[in-house]
Amino acid sequence: MKDDKLLRWVLALYTALVFLFVFAPIAASLVFSFNSDRFPTIPLGSFTTDWYVKAFSNPEVWDAALRSLIVSSVTAVIATAIGFSAAYSDYRYDFVGKKAFLVLALLPPTIPLIILALAMLGWLSMFNASGLTLSIIIAHTVLCAPFAMAVIRLRLNQMDPNLEPAAWNLGASEWVTMKSVVIPFTLPSIIASLCLTAAVSFDEFAVAWFVSGLNKTVPVVILEILTGNIDPQVNAIGTAVFLVSITLVVIAQVLVLRSAKKPEAA
Amino acid sequence: MAEPLVVFDNVVKRFGTFEAVKRMNFEIREGEFLAFMGPSGCGKTTTLRMLAGLEQPTEGDIRLAGKSLLDVKPHERDTPMVWQSLALFPFLNARENVEFGLKMRGMDKPARRRKALDWLERLGIGEFAERDVNSLSGGQRQRVALARALVTEPKILLLDEPLSALDAHLVIRMQGVLTKLQRELGITFVYVTHSQSEAFAMADRVVIMSKGEIAQIGSARDIYRTPASRFVAEFVGRNNIFAGTVNAAGNVETPAGTFTLDGKARPGDKVSFVVAADVVSLSVTKPAAPNVFTAQLISEEFVGSMVTLFFEAPGDTEVKVQVQERSLEGIPREPGQTLFLSFDPSHAHILKG
Repeated sequence: MKDDKLLRWVLALYTALVFLFVFAPIAASLVFSFNSDRFPTIPLGSFTTDWYVKAFSNPEVWDAALRSLIVSSVTAVIATAIGFSAAYSDYRYDFVGKKAFLVLALLPPTIPLIILALAMLGWLSMFNASGLTLSIIIAHTVLCAPFAMAVIRLRLNQMDPNLEPAAWNLGASEWVTMKSVVIPFTLPSIIASLCLTAAVSFDEFAVAWFVSGLNKTVPVVILEILTGNIDPQVNAIGTAVFLVSITLVVIAQVLVLRSAKKPEAA
Repeated sequence: MAEPLVVFDNVVKRFGTFEAVKRMNFEIREGEFLAFMGPSGCGKTTTLRMLAGLEQPTEGDIRLAGKSLLDVKPHERDTPMVWQSLALFPFLNARENVEFGLKMRGMDKPARRRKALDWLERLGIGEFAERDVNSLSGGQRQRVALARALVTEPKILLLDEPLSALDAHLVIRMQGVLTKLQRELGITFVYVTHSQSEAFAMADRVVIMSKGEIAQIGSARDIYRTPASRFVAEFVGRNNIFAGTVNAAGNVETPAGTFTLDGKARPGDKVSFVVAADVVSLSVTKPAAPNVFTAQLISEEFVGSMVTLFFEAPGDTEVKVQVQERSLEGIPREPGQTLFLSFDPSHAHILKG
């Protein structure tokens, strides 16, 4: 019993350390974004929102934010549609080479981003399609579709295999069943996938930097400001980006966990 | 004689090289309660799924009301099913689940709502109409599944082991609900189960299946008293099987003893016959009756007021005797006790094959 308690404390401490390690830099960035000093040193100067005012009055930042928003939302929709189709094919059908299909479908996130980015740049320029907003959308869709597939597959695996036949049996054609059974059942995972892929795309730097050309997204702009000098504006932008991403990820997590908790249609 | 509602005409179903259903021919009569029973993997569920259109026969034809079903898609057949897993739509409430079939038929909203509520009421769960199906108990979910299948007023209802997930006392209650519904509605029920008590309690006719073939079709009584084969006799249980050779006098010589079967056996034949467990008599002294043999008591098993005694007769013959507890007064029941057992020749049924 006593050992149990000790173990619990050690585990709690360990978890706290991990969280500290992960979140300390982000927290620091947040703190310094409200600090009046130009250099991130302790003791802190006075409280200020100047860096936010400065960052958000920069037209380049607004431009990038708008582009990031468009890229991430379009990417989320396309990647989720592709991911859903792939996950459904896996759930519903057995075919020769299914294993190979799954491995290929889930492969992109395992490729080092720099390699993927270079390959994308080379490939897109063959069609004169590099350096456009569209190029970023294409590259991000490739990167995000596997995440969408993984999330939706998780939900589909909880679906009673008799649920679709039950709908056919009650007079629903296959298309009607897709609309009135499969999509409602997987809806939590579809929304989760939209949030998750939007967050991944919104944050992604390496691929965006390679294929975007002059059409910069927020992470690319941040790097450009940083390479010139140390500028606390970056902390302000970073904090804003972090809040957007973490909100999307939390929504996704809550939806996935909540639908996993209910043992449906047992 | 009414035209049979369903005809299975030389139906064969193969999955790869595995023959799940081997050339089946049978008819389902309008308004009857037909149960398919057999061990798992005997092809009973495949048969039901072929009727619903979820599997296509490899050979042969299935006709519903005289019309071939081969080119009819599952959603175009009017053969609603109650699933073993129930397969309720978890994102819809009880009423919306029941409305599903009506919605697919294009019925307008107020009408289908009224009808769904009527059915839920009829099955005694009207008060749960707006509840999430996941919050209902097993028995309530079962009723939602029944209402969902019956709301479109089909001619035939398919049931795939619908009670297998329920507690024993609920099973008995649902059996009552099902038989009452079937009688009131007058529609055909096709019921698949591995449970003998369910099949025998409810069905007008029972189809016993084994390895993709029909072993016997008949009323519960026929199957119990006059099993068509050794498989049926063993599967139904509660039967004692004796095997032996018929001697010149027409009596069957078995390891347990020599028995007369009232001339039902031809001299020289090797025969097996069954004697139901509830027609064997017990006594301490040798009775003046035909077909007496001795056996040693091994163990006993209680089910309510009935008790089943397990004996071993000479030649390792296992003999089961089922009697009312009360009738055992004065008979010693210690394991190892040797008693006299007897049965009337008219109760012996000779097995074919």
